[in-house]
Amino acid sequence: MSAPATPANRPSRFRPDRDVEEWHGRYVPYDIVKEFTAAFLVVLLLALGLSIVLSSPDEPPVTIKSWSQHAPLDFARTALTELAGTSPTATYGPPYNSTPGVSQTIGPLSLESLVGVHHPVNTALDDVIDPLKTLPADPTLTVAIRRYTSATSKTEQVWTNAYGAALARARFVDGRLVTRPGGYGPVAEMIGELTTMARSGALDGALVSSRQFYGTDYTKPLLFIADGTYMANLAAAQHLQGDQWGMMNETGNFPGQSWLWLYTLWYQIPPFTTSTNADALVWAIMVVLTALLVLVPFLPGVRAIPRKVRIYRLIWRRHYRSLAARPNGTA
Amino acid sequence: MTVDAGGPGLAAQADLPEDAAQWSARLRRAGVSAFPPGRLLPDRQPAYVASWIYVFGALTLAALALVVLSGIVLAIEGPTWWHLSRVGLFVNSMHLWSVELFFFFMVVHLWGKFFMAAWRGRRRATWITGVLAFVISIAAAFTGYLSQQNFDSQWIGTQAKDGINATGAGAFFNVLNFGQMLMWHILLLPLAVGLLTLVHVLLVRRRGVVPPFAPDPGDLVVPDGAGTAGDIGVDGTVGR
Repeated sequence: MSAPATPANRPSRFRPDRDVEEWHGRYVPYDIVKEFTAAFLVVLLLALGLSIVLSSPDEPPVTIKSWSQHAPLDFARTALTELAGTSPTATYGPPYNSTPGVSQTIGPLSLESLVGVHHPVNTALDDVIDPLKTLPADPTLTVAIRRYTSATSKTEQVWTNAYGAALARARFVDGRLVTRPGGYGPVAEMIGELTTMARSGALDGALVSSRQFYGTDYTKPLLFIADGTYMANLAAAQHLQGDQWGMMNETGNFPGQSWLWLYTLWYQIPPFTTSTNADALVWAIMVVLTALLVLVPFLPGVRAIPRKVRIYRLIWRRHYRSLAARPNGTA
Repeated sequence: MTVDAGGPGLAAQADLPEDAAQWSARLRRAGVSAFPPGRLLPDRQPAYVASWIYVFGALTLAALALVVLSGIVLAIEGPTWWHLSRVGLFVNSMHLWSVELFFFFMVVHLWGKFFMAAWRGRRRATWITGVLAFVISIAAAFTGYLSQQNFDSQWIGTQAKDGINATGAGAFFNVLNFGQMLMWHILLLPLAVGLLTLVHVLLVRRRGVVPPFAPDPGDLVVPDGAGTAGDIGVDGTVGR
């Protein structure tokens, strides 16, 4: 006598994209250890061959010293924006500072504003004033720093604006910035001394070791370097700019992080090419797509794709051939 | 008087009735039940497993092993070694190319499993752990690029910071902090990839390789709760 049907044992319809008909057919010998050993040897030989023939890229890093020596005017102009608080870093917002109204949003939600400032950066102090204070006592520089830091913000702005206009037409001659005389207050002295300090290599050390002897955090010097155009020009020459498929590439003719192609793709197409919220929107899209990939087995339309495109017939062609060869269709 | 510190005698005693409730004994029974030796290290496989696409799972694991081995050598010598030594540069090249091969094999493996609908028959967790291992591997490789201490690291870090900051994660995952990225690269993310890979492989061993689509599955009926994919070719039920 059969048991009455209950929700627990009631037969449900077989769904080919979810269920399987269990295998009652033939089993064949299979040496899993041998297979892995062979696979490892193949990978080892491939990696050895690629390493011997192609090696790996190791383009030297940009330092404040190399930047200020190769492009002293770009360095000086960037340093001035750090002092004036108008550089990309100075106006970035969280997690570096609390500049209002610049955070990226997804609809009404700004995740970076919610989290707030975690790596505080004051570009005027961190990149210009504090490093200058580490230089050996120089009465002229000491007076210049004191004059700048005791001035009103409006006066500071007048000086930095005037010197910014002068730097646009400046020249660099015999290791010195040459500008027309003007009402720059102490700013010309400070930026000139900082440029000299940078070209000597002293600013690299001052930025990294500002807090402790063993430094591994390069946030401040990297933000400073990235605010200039020197590193971006080097990257453009290596086809690494955002509109050149950006960070998925690598210097030289190496494949780089090709697995980031989908993430990088969004930055090549509107509206992300012009949106001020591009980063937040691209990440939101990638999170959704990743979640969809994880959840493929639960998505009725998506999980049916393999059965409908029938590529599986290529993968299991021997199996289907053997089925067709048997009169009763069993394996 | 001596004390027997182990050996087969103790193992046999653990199965005595009075020990049945032991946590250790329960764990061992569950382990042996889920992974009998023949399933953990099989010497037979279903005849339908006959395609080159199946090789890419083993190739992915082999490439991961080489990534770890070359990474261990780099870790032993320290982060600046490969910039100053020809041998170091070669080991770094082995690390780079084994990573490139790892991703190539893994992507082929993933697409192969997609077109086999390899989540069928209670294999959804196998699919999910595989995809998660892929995603975490991307993060592991990304932190590797950030840990190189060269122009690529600088450029990738300064470009990537905007995206990560936009999610709010930049507060805790600072791509411009070399020390933090190195720790993520050589400890936290490899640990996550290793654990996910282990679970993924164990699930493959437990559930078996997904059977082919039936030629005409529309008329088949499956009772709820009957059978598991682990029962392949054993009890003849249809799993879910």
